[in-house]
Amino acid sequence: MASSQIIIFAIIATSIATYISRLMGALTSEKVSVKSKIFKWFNCVAYSTLAALLGRMIIFPAGVLAESELIIRLIVFFTCIALFILSKKNLVLPTITSAILLSFLTKI
Amino acid sequence: MINSKAFFLGLKSLRGARSPAIPLAACFIALGALLKDAGFNIQQSAASSFFTYALPGQLVMAESLLLGASIINIFLAVWLVNFRLYPMTVSLFPLLEHNSQPKWKYYLSCHFLAVTSWLIAKENYKEIDKKNRIDFWIGIGTGTWSTAIMMTIIGYLAADFLNKEMLIGLAIVNPIYFFCMMISAMKDLSVAISVIVGTTLGPVIYLFTEEWSLLFAGLIAGTVAFFVGEKNG
Repeated sequence: MASSQIIIFAIIATSIATYISRLMGALTSEKVSVKSKIFKWFNCVAYSTLAALLGRMIIFPAGVLAESELIIRLIVFFTCIALFILSKKNLVLPTITSAILLSFLTKI
Repeated sequence: MINSKAFFLGLKSLRGARSPAIPLAACFIALGALLKDAGFNIQQSAASSFFTYALPGQLVMAESLLLGASIINIFLAVWLVNFRLYPMTVSLFPLLEHNSQPKWKYYLSCHFLAVTSWLIAKENYKEIDKKNRIDFWIGIGTGTWSTAIMMTIIGYLAADFLNKEMLIGLAIVNPIYFFCMMISAMKDLSVAISVIVGTTLGPVIYLFTEEWSLLFAGLIAGTVAFFVGEKNG
């Protein structure tokens, strides 16, 4: 268990490390035009970095999710994506199903 | 100073069928419970979501603390996992730019940039007049950010009532929601390729380098998608 002082330093370090990327982004944005190629490139990199993070969250998760089985996570993932497409892009249905299905499959 | 109509339109994005409130609640409740487990008190847990407000980075922080990592290591690990916020900001903020708006609004409101708010803003910015887009963004940000903080507190308080299976169930909601939102965004070729190649490369590169996997996967997949889009666009 970490001491209270270390926790506070960790919160500060985490917050600064996160805000740096956001502020750098805001500063770079001032020089980037919406119509430029560089803007399109940044858009692609943003979507793919996010996709990479999500792929990793499903296959190699952090936190409590790591305690569930990979095969179960994949079953839940594909079921919910299918539900999303079949339900004409309803967001509430697949998200609620995912929680119930994963809890249930992990328990049995 | 702030156009209240645009601000409230942004805030209202929390309501409706595409509302991010449920997935946000699910993952920050799970985070609150995890932080309690990691030895945080309630003020520290709330402060973490208040000042960081980026779930993957907060997860890395909590896990690193449990493993006894140094502050420098935590800083680097969080910076690498949250570096995605840089290209995300650059692919959103130029759309919100307007000469009549003061710069401080952009420098402060970039704190609201997280996956949820970014996806909502990308989906809806066209409906807002250019001049008021930053206020619309501040509305979205205020709503999602305050939800995250409140839910972290609720998760912390509810930790003792949630069993392991329930927490695992809550933790999957967020990636599922984001994937669905990304599928909706796959309207042009370059975005579709970015999403598909990125999802594949992320876990593959992770096998070789844990810390750098997101950065490498994002750069490679994004650049490939950009060139394919240029060639066929």
